[in-house]
Amino acid sequence: MIYQGKQKIWSDYQKEIPDDHYFYVRSCIRQNFFPASEKYFLAICRDLLGRDIFETEHHTTCAGIAYHSDTIPQETAMTVVARQFALMTEAGYDNLVTSCITSFGNYCEILETWREFPELEAKIREDLWKACRREFKKPQYVAHASDLMYKLRGEIAERAKFRLVSRATGEPLRIVEHIGCHYSKMFPHKGVGGAEYPCVLSGMAEAWGGQVIDYPERRHCCGYGFRQYHVKANRGYSLSNTHKKFESMEPFHPDMIITNCPGCPYFLDRWQYVISEQTGKTYGPNGHGIPALTYEELAGLVLGYDPWDLGLQIHQVGPEPLLDKIGIPYDPARKYLGLNEKDILKPGLPTVLKCC
Amino acid sequence: MGKLYDELCKDYRFREGLKTCINCGTCTAICPAAEFYKYDPRKIVDTVQRKDEAEIEALLKSDTIWYCGECMSCVTRCPRKNGPGLVIMALRNLSAKLGYFTCSEKGRQLWPLTKQLTGNILHFGYCVHPSTFDPDDHPESGPVSRWVIEHKEDVYARLGANYQGKGPGVLRRIPQEDLDELQAIFDVTGGTERIQAVEKASREKAAEMGMDFDEYTKYTFEHCSPGHFNNE
Repeated sequence: MIYQGKQKIWSDYQKEIPDDHYFYVRSCIRQNFFPASEKYFLAICRDLLGRDIFETEHHTTCAGIAYHSDTIPQETAMTVVARQFALMTEAGYDNLVTSCITSFGNYCEILETWREFPELEAKIREDLWKACRREFKKPQYVAHASDLMYKLRGEIAERAKFRLVSRATGEPLRIVEHIGCHYSKMFPHKGVGGAEYPCVLSGMAEAWGGQVIDYPERRHCCGYGFRQYHVKANRGYSLSNTHKKFESMEPFHPDMIITNCPGCPYFLDRWQYVISEQTGKTYGPNGHGIPALTYEELAGLVLGYDPWDLGLQIHQVGPEPLLDKIGIPYDPARKYLGLNEKDILKPGLPTVLKCC
Repeated sequence: MGKLYDELCKDYRFREGLKTCINCGTCTAICPAAEFYKYDPRKIVDTVQRKDEAEIEALLKSDTIWYCGECMSCVTRCPRKNGPGLVIMALRNLSAKLGYFTCSEKGRQLWPLTKQLTGNILHFGYCVHPSTFDPDDHPESGPVSRWVIEHKEDVYARLGANYQGKGPGVLRRIPQEDLDELQAIFDVTGGTERIQAVEKASREKAAEMGMDFDEYTKYTFEHCSPGHFNNE
């Protein structure tokens, strides 16, 4: 097919995503802060939609956070990743899907560096053999988990119990998306839509009935900055960048934010709490914040899963106004219960930000 | 060519990140760190390009190279396909290797970071782990995170995790044999040597500053002197 004009430009930003058969590697941050999102990635893509996604208990961190915090040499990070590739090879898979943007960037950087400097790949193979007695094939394809969900967005839409529209007016929800820096800023051709026309999340939001709104700082970093968050003395950097984004999106009155990266939903959620405590300002209606959800949480809501099974109770910004707007039922009394209705007390309340 | 510049050239990130900078300043315009910190990636790349040993040494000993957040926004925008963020990674790597990082406040933060992140990797197999996430070190994480950590077994069970359990799943206990492999990778590839070098230089600096090592670790993790930000 010959593409011309805008079609040709757009074709450069497309990405072929394999439909099936993936070796799955998890995210350090998501397992800690959004554990249910990883559970529902598998529940939706594997159990509901029937894709083959394999996980072994033996995989580990990719060490990406330590690498981007400059605490380990490049060769160490590369060999940890080479070990993940070895586990994938031993399990008989060619496609790798990762639940983390930092990992996705790390895998892409390593494969591109090896392509350019084959002697480095040879050295890492040698190091892996010395350390672990393992060998590997490079993956034919590396996907981020959101790539697969983007690919399956139509199948999810077909099974939707709810659409991302206002129950009262029928208008589409106003959705802000944040794809995360390491998804496509380093290697734009690896991300759906590249760095300029990100559509991995907007594609999902629109397929499920929402309206994606553009705003000036759409592509600005959430402010994680690795050492700029992990060191307590530096967190002003992280807060300042998130604040900049919220000030930029505020005039557009978003109903929610959909995020790609493990850290971004955490920072876009928690810094709203800090801004409210420090300045008294909130960005949602009537003293509430703007909910920042992962794509699995959003897909789960659309598919009709219980919001508390999806883990929305461990966000600091309460999701209730959003759930009410869509018309998704929930039981406030069950929000903070443990397994089998166990009473595990409730979190304290912020001073300013309304949470329910 | 000088010795430090030669060392930088051995780093693949440096070779990838610095080709022919035209000093246009696009990287500085897009940089989230430059907006808040006294930081200008254009000037850093320019300094390195001049290959002046004394200037490169001063850079390696400065706060400046530690302001970057490694978001790599500069990589997307550079009209010459350079990566100032990659140059920063190479500079930080050399600063860590030579022990120059202890000469600056932001550089000294490398020790608490190394202790925290490599400790989590080698003990648990994760960069971040609930058992080492202290809500007192993270007041920004809010009352909900304190509740999660105080009830972590129950909350993670409620949300379908396999916290500290056998087999696959969210927050599973990574088997000892796999942690042993991570340790072996660190030993073979220079990770262990780097941790030891950073600790040794940091202990020497702590002694020079008249602090015991725990006090130094806490101080470097928490203390921010005035003067780092643009609006100061």
